[in-house]
Amino acid sequence: MNPSVIALTVICSIVAVGSLVGFLARFQHTMDLEQWTVGKRSFGVVLVWLLMAGEIYTTYTLLGVSGWAYSRGAPVLYILGVQPLAYVFSFFILPQICELGQKYRLQTQADVFQTRYGNTYLTAFVALVGVISLLPYAQVQLTGLGIIVEVSSYGGLHRTPAMVVAFGIVAAFVFVSGVRGVAWVSVIKDLLLLFTAVFVGIAVPFIYFGGIGPMFAAVARAKPNHLVMPGATTNLGHSWYISTVLLVSLSFYMWPQNFAASFTARSGNTLRRNAVLMPLYSLTQPLIFFVGLTAVLVLPDLSNGDLAFLAMVRKTFPAWFLGIVGGAGALTAMVPAAIQLLSAATLFAKNLFRPILARGMTDDQVAHLARMMVLVLTIGALVLAIYTSASLVSLLLVGYAGVAQLLPGVLFGLYSRRVTTTGVFVGMAAGIAMVVLLMLTGRDPFKGVNAGFIALCCNFALTGVVSLLTVRASSR
Amino acid sequence: MKPPSLGAILLGLIPFAATCFSVALWDRVHPMIFGVPFNFFWLILWLLLTPVCMWGAYRLEASRQRDTDHEDGGTH
Repeated sequence: MNPSVIALTVICSIVAVGSLVGFLARFQHTMDLEQWTVGKRSFGVVLVWLLMAGEIYTTYTLLGVSGWAYSRGAPVLYILGVQPLAYVFSFFILPQICELGQKYRLQTQADVFQTRYGNTYLTAFVALVGVISLLPYAQVQLTGLGIIVEVSSYGGLHRTPAMVVAFGIVAAFVFVSGVRGVAWVSVIKDLLLLFTAVFVGIAVPFIYFGGIGPMFAAVARAKPNHLVMPGATTNLGHSWYISTVLLVSLSFYMWPQNFAASFTARSGNTLRRNAVLMPLYSLTQPLIFFVGLTAVLVLPDLSNGDLAFLAMVRKTFPAWFLGIVGGAGALTAMVPAAIQLLSAATLFAKNLFRPILARGMTDDQVAHLARMMVLVLTIGALVLAIYTSASLVSLLLVGYAGVAQLLPGVLFGLYSRRVTTTGVFVGMAAGIAMVVLLMLTGRDPFKGVNAGFIALCCNFALTGVVSLLTVRASSR
Repeated sequence: MKPPSLGAILLGLIPFAATCFSVALWDRVHPMIFGVPFNFFWLILWLLLTPVCMWGAYRLEASRQRDTDHEDGGTH
């Protein structure tokens, strides 16, 4: 039998089972807005863990990370620095956000700004930053999915039809089952991905070098600079590492979808326990590095580093196994994309459209609009993914630095009484202006420091100073 | 919102100190441990040690919360 047909059959079966679970998750739950967006705040440790893990392992952590290990070397270690520290930071803010959410029945990140600052325009601005940042993120998932299906079906299914079909399914199960569907598809995705990462990560270095140790020894001999920073790059050294790890770990939970996951939890303690355990999940991440590093010596001439993981699997294993990896990879794109679309759609309907354009809308109408927006945003991401490709990664990085600018508003909002709406507004606007200026003109990293981190520092300083200047004029 | 306790924050700073600010101290290949370069080994080790620190922070926060719940129960 033709290997392309075998691999494609396995991929389609995995995606079909995953989607079925997504649709069935709706069973026995009536879908009002609160159930759809935050699962009625009833998730215990296990479901929250699955939902959050589902958000963390994206196509970027699979393809992008092995690609960085392959093409840049040691700077990829920033991922191992970021993941545990993001959970450490979450320990200190998510429980408080969850309790705030229960008290005031909040469902989105922008809702928190509305409750704390009471300014509709600030809320709408926050929602807009979220939606604009999320769209390229969903687009990255789509493009990754296209690559995964195309490579793992030996070119049997081209990326455009693969993207259209897979995202049609994503939009459908988000539309029907909301966040509960996403959490349950995550179960299948994570089991498959865990199996894939452990098996491939151990087997590949073993097959070519006789083990992980001999693989490192061979890489250290052939390319001694590859395994310490700045690796194969010139500007990703220690100051870049520190600033990037700080920026990404502190702003990871500023992504609207990661932030809103805290509203699904039953209690603040569920989130604290989750934050304690999550770093253990990152133990699979180094295994993905190992595959990329093996490829450095085994497949030295890849045109695109992002293909390193799949190319190694394709070179080493039979078609059916490539199919399993492809199916796991496809779900790895679909689950995060589902949460991203759901978050962006809810933000748009609840915090942007209703307060600015249609104040009279009922909750049911907002729920209806949010579901419609899932379809609209999916089509938007599809169009972007099919017709643009060049500056994908740079767009995502701008999005990351963009959501980071929400941090002072959240942090001061939770723990400081003196911060003012004007202060947050000025700091955030200045931070975003700096991000756009530095990153779109190609100045990242700026003098060896992550540009988003510089913008965040200015944002914090401005928020503080302007708040102190305006505190007397405000209501307090 | 009630801020987290100082003890919990200090425990949370340990992983930041160990894996972020101190990069210049551990970013080297030798000595390789179990065949893994020292920088890779160090960060993998902290995937295991970070939960230990945060377990301590969890115990502090949980006991503090029980105390306040108790007080609330007493006054209402």
